[in-house]
Amino acid sequence: MATNVNALLESLRETKVWKSIFRRGPANSNRTRSLAVFGNLFLHWMPVKVREKALHVRVSYYLGSISFLLFLILSVTGILLMFYYHPAAPNAYRDMKDLQFVVSSGVFLRNLHRLAAHLMVFMVFAHMFHVFYRGGYKPPHEFNWVIGVKLLLVTLFLSYTGYLLPWDQLAFWAVTVGTNIISAMPVIGEKIRFLLLGGHIVGENALLRFYVLHVVILPLAACVLMGIHFWRVQKDGGLTLKAKDSDGK
Amino acid sequence: MNEAENAKFDQRNPGADAEVTRRDFLNQITIGALGVAGFGSVAVTYQYLSPNVLFEAAAQFRAGTPDLYPVHSVTYLQDQQVYIVRMPEGFYAISAVCTHLGCITQWKEEAQMIACPCHGSKFKPDGVKIEGPAPRPLPHFALSLTADGELLVNKLQNVKNTQALKV
Repeated sequence: MATNVNALLESLRETKVWKSIFRRGPANSNRTRSLAVFGNLFLHWMPVKVREKALHVRVSYYLGSISFLLFLILSVTGILLMFYYHPAAPNAYRDMKDLQFVVSSGVFLRNLHRLAAHLMVFMVFAHMFHVFYRGGYKPPHEFNWVIGVKLLLVTLFLSYTGYLLPWDQLAFWAVTVGTNIISAMPVIGEKIRFLLLGGHIVGENALLRFYVLHVVILPLAACVLMGIHFWRVQKDGGLTLKAKDSDGK
Repeated sequence: MNEAENAKFDQRNPGADAEVTRRDFLNQITIGALGVAGFGSVAVTYQYLSPNVLFEAAAQFRAGTPDLYPVHSVTYLQDQQVYIVRMPEGFYAISAVCTHLGCITQWKEEAQMIACPCHGSKFKPDGVKIEGPAPRPLPHFALSLTADGELLVNKLQNVKNTQALKV
């Protein structure tokens, strides 16, 4: 049976379609394995050589991985919610209520999005504390620590911009208070608040601006930063190397 | 181009290091043009993101005739978020927006004070702070009478809290 499967795979590798996709023979030597990585869009930006230790999945990986998994859940549920949501007054509040009471599985998706968002903020903080107390900000990880702090900020901004979208009293006053905190900044504070809200009050302009930030700008920023973050984790030799590891032991 | 090549290049072109080469010139022109275009894009985008027309309540509005407001009364105008306060000495127009973080305060008739529901700031009817996280008293707006005898509030102009409109 096994030989049959292998034979089938071998014959598959001989087909024109397979060869047009992968363009190389089996990865059976260091060279062909490297070429398989180089020749694949999804793998080519991965480091070709990493420390073996960096590939051991330890407890250290869990908090960051859970944060990433939550980001994926939030992306999927968020895109699905977008099919029913208009970022305008008064539709926004009605659409939110429709999702709760009228749309099939709407309440499930909305609550999944909301709870995953709360959990992601918690997990990102937990991840940061864990890395901090393990000394993960020390060389050679200092650059990745800075990227991580930026990811924390993007997570908080995503959470904050999403908070306005239900367009209820809680959302309105939370954003009124939050944007007034921004205006306490000297000199540019008022201007930034004006740009962020698209006016002087939390109105339709603010709703639309927060929506665009929430569904386009901030997720894109998060994706770029996560790409660098994950790449550097492997490139820097895994999470939180101890001092003795730096000379190869 | 490494240094050895540079040296050879300089021998063929005596005085090349003293003058700006064609390549340097074009590089500077290109970087300069990109810089100007970059700054221009930022400036235009900034302008684009600053709305020119806003559909918000007007900053200047009429608040009706003075006889609508009894003496010793505080009246909240919801659309404008302003209190019209009438005391024996005259009229005041006081902002209802809390100076702490922008929540809308409420006039508590039974306690004779203005209170903020968000973080508990309290103000006297003339806007002076009694307590709470609010850093400043509630601002007073300029108040005047129109030719046909109505109160006119200008939210763009703040006045001293002692300045009352006598009618």
